[in-house]
Amino acid sequence: MVVKRLVVGAHYGLRDWLAQRITGAIMALYGIVAAFFYLSQPDFTYDTWRGVFALGWMRIATLLFAVSLAWHAWVGARDILMDYIKHDGLRLALQVVTVLLLAGYLGWAIEILWR
Amino acid sequence: MSSTAANKPRPKYLNLAQIRQPLPAWVSILHRISGALLVFPFAAWALYLLDASLASQAGFAAVRGYLALPLAKLGMLVFIWAFCHHLCAGIRYLFLDLNKGIELAPARASSVAVLVVSLLLTAYFGSKLW
Repeated sequence: MVVKRLVVGAHYGLRDWLAQRITGAIMALYGIVAAFFYLSQPDFTYDTWRGVFALGWMRIATLLFAVSLAWHAWVGARDILMDYIKHDGLRLALQVVTVLLLAGYLGWAIEILWR
Repeated sequence: MSSTAANKPRPKYLNLAQIRQPLPAWVSILHRISGALLVFPFAAWALYLLDASLASQAGFAAVRGYLALPLAKLGMLVFIWAFCHHLCAGIRYLFLDLNKGIELAPARASSVAVLVVSLLLTAYFGSKLW
């Protein structure tokens, strides 16, 4: 028998799944480049450190990392909370805390980058 | 007779402490644990260190001194491991999502690779702390 499957809903499952992978790839790329940059510096001084984050593209790349982190971590943390926290009220409360924490991280990162 | 046998409580091997987990399962649960640790506390710690070290020359020197403390080094070691494991396991999952390496033998081999490579990377970057 052929079953015609009705696909309904907001499709946020697929969207979040895909977003988590894309943001993960962005962060992996940033992390690997950052590691090689760190290793290429024979002497790690304040001036090199300050100089790196004075570069416009580096600030944008780091912002992209921070946004990716917030989105990626939201999907991951939500998955963990959905799996282990069975009490609806407690899960909602922890999800709100997670969103606030991640939004706070993002705001902090922007403040550091464009001070 | 048969009904009493059917109603006999059957052993359910869902006790996580008693099941010997295959290596991909270890990679999976460690991916979760490392991810949770990276969200909190490590992301907050990283932002704090970034903030202080970029603020001024004195702040940079203070962070250097702070990271020389044994407890801070230990924390940084766990941070590095969590990042490396999450990164390596994440790359493995990207391949699995593309149906690459989903057979038993390659899946086992790649899970060993994730555990070993992330520990080697942790040892390498951790050695820079000392």
